[in-house]
Amino acid sequence: MKRTMKSMAYTFGILMASTGIAAAAECEVLTLGSAISLTGKYATNGAHAKNGYEFAIKKIKENGGIKVADKCYNFNVIYYDDESKGDRGATLAERLINQDKVQFMLGPYSSGLTKAIAPVTEKYQIPMVEAEGASRSLFNKGYKYLFAVLSTSEQYLASAVTLAAEKAKEAGKDASSVKVAIAVENDPFSLDIRAGVLEDAKKLGMKVIIDEKLPRDLSDMSAILTKVKLLKPDLLVVSGHSKGAATAVRQIGEQKIKTPMVALTHCEAADVTGNFGDAANDILCSTQWAESLTYEDPIFGSASNYEAEFKGSYPEYAEKKVPYQTAQASAAVYVFKDAFERAGTLEKNAVRDAIAKTDLKTFYGDIRFSEAGNNIAKPMVLRQIQNGAYNVVAPSGFASHEVNYPRKAN
Amino acid sequence: MDQILGNIGLLIEFPVVNLAIIIEGLMIGALFALAAYGLALVWGVMNVKNLAQGDFVIAGGYVSWWLVNNIGMHPLLGVPVAFVVMWGIGWATYKLVISRVIERDLFTSLLATFGLAIMMAQIMNLMFGSDTQSLTLDMPVLEFADGFIQLPMAKVLGVLMASALALGVVLFMKNSRMGQAIRATAQDARAARVLGIDTEKVYAFTFSLNSAICGAAGAIIVMVWVIQPFYGITYSIRAFVVVTAAGLGNLPGVIAAGLGIGAAEQYGGHIFGIGYQQAIAVIILLLVLIVRLLQQRRNRQVLQ
Repeated sequence: MKRTMKSMAYTFGILMASTGIAAAAECEVLTLGSAISLTGKYATNGAHAKNGYEFAIKKIKENGGIKVADKCYNFNVIYYDDESKGDRGATLAERLINQDKVQFMLGPYSSGLTKAIAPVTEKYQIPMVEAEGASRSLFNKGYKYLFAVLSTSEQYLASAVTLAAEKAKEAGKDASSVKVAIAVENDPFSLDIRAGVLEDAKKLGMKVIIDEKLPRDLSDMSAILTKVKLLKPDLLVVSGHSKGAATAVRQIGEQKIKTPMVALTHCEAADVTGNFGDAANDILCSTQWAESLTYEDPIFGSASNYEAEFKGSYPEYAEKKVPYQTAQASAAVYVFKDAFERAGTLEKNAVRDAIAKTDLKTFYGDIRFSEAGNNIAKPMVLRQIQNGAYNVVAPSGFASHEVNYPRKAN
Repeated sequence: MDQILGNIGLLIEFPVVNLAIIIEGLMIGALFALAAYGLALVWGVMNVKNLAQGDFVIAGGYVSWWLVNNIGMHPLLGVPVAFVVMWGIGWATYKLVISRVIERDLFTSLLATFGLAIMMAQIMNLMFGSDTQSLTLDMPVLEFADGFIQLPMAKVLGVLMASALALGVVLFMKNSRMGQAIRATAQDARAARVLGIDTEKVYAFTFSLNSAICGAAGAIIVMVWVIQPFYGITYSIRAFVVVTAAGLGNLPGVIAAGLGIGAAEQYGGHIFGIGYQQAIAVIILLLVLIVRLLQQRRNRQVLQ
């Protein structure tokens, strides 16, 4: 028995030595910093982002770590809880840089928090790759050390406008005949979405017949929906984070709104299928990423492989959709790995220059940064809830399913 | 301005929409009134301005939501269960916090209840996460006037439960010994003590009753709208506006003010845009305060 145990231990040791796990153990530690929302109003999405960072760190370690010149490293992240408050995030960024001597940062959750932290990382010339701040106002300030792997927010629902135009043409009508209703929260992210929709609607000659701003603590939008009933738009666009999505789906169902196309943000965060069942059917939801897309890379494999392995590591997601917030957080860590390896040094300005020249294919999509630091290589995707499942329906090049049009009102 | 004129034009062109707005406003207002009812009690009896009022409402919503999702309880049962659970939480809160500030100055009680509001929101955030949550009652929607007037039965049922609860509290205050003791304490706590009323017990009961009413209101709200740990402030503001508009000690007035503010907010939302809906409540509050000040000044002049 004792001999059997001994031989098993030897075999296990040999196996370990022949895999990346043993190799990874010899790597040095490369420390990143992140202020992230673990409490406060963004706690859920903050946790998604942190899980995405940690999963990527684990995968990179399993794949032999980061090779910088002739050395090998594994990432380690110092996290602080920003309590979903911008001022706290900025203070913690200072602490990470001045006390913990962190030279590279991963972003926080939300555009607001990124806006608060970016001036600090810029002041100390610390490269920050962020994954959760989509407001385009982040990228018109001339920052040199801020890079975002996600598409900017004005693109979130613009594809719904294009889709509405396509459907009008299929029906033998001109795109300019499409009437658009917009209801967005009065915050930088949602106002960007509104700007994107207005821009595209204007290009196509569409008429915007409702253009309303929702309050931050929205719990009732019956006033807008009554107007929708009277003015009968062809496309209704709503963006108000998860509360906006939840309120819209509940009241669109209750008030039997018959608008043929309804497009929202934050469907998954609001769990509109779980909470409202059939009322969510045929609603269009914008997403940065979907597991059914054909993207892939050598570390995470395909998008669907990422989803499966992530669920294996984090069983709490087993019954849910893996949120795109998690996938893009993993992609941000991957951008750092790629940049360190290309830079061949840990010197922060060399790494910053390498990040700026990123041209990477990942499970999350292509990543290539503009001069301003936003990712210009990856499109937004539009999914439709079809019998409770989120199916990709636009842009047409990525569509796995036909869009149900007009939407069936319950 | 064009948008406002356009919105007014819609109301004139489709008169039935006015009726739809009033009905919707009254349904919303009934729930505001319920949230404000308990505040009026605590304010009137204990002279405590409870800034955590809305957080007790949200906590009641979470009690119901948690039980429905974890033990499969029916959402309608959530209303009495949240009433009982929040009674207990209210009693504990009274013993730990409120009893220590009850006869102190206004600033101390405001600070204590403000702290309580922050703490409750953070605890709910830690326990239930920051996502919005809601419960669905699978009930039909009644339609009238070509679908312009709609009565979701879930909302109607919520309003009926809110009304029944309000009526129950009114009857309790009028007919029970504790109700009489509460009213006596509200009129003059020292005199009530002299007459042998245990005012400490009355205070604990009143605060617990307020929390229980909030709990029931929250359990109804989670069935008709959505809740989130940081939504408490929304209901606190509405409750304060309703109580101020009704006048202290005027419990039937609270119901009328709640309904009126609900309808006014809906109208405001239609005319000025939904983003201004909340401002309507604050504008009403300012107008009420100005009218009250003018009345006081006039009365003083008459006396002089």
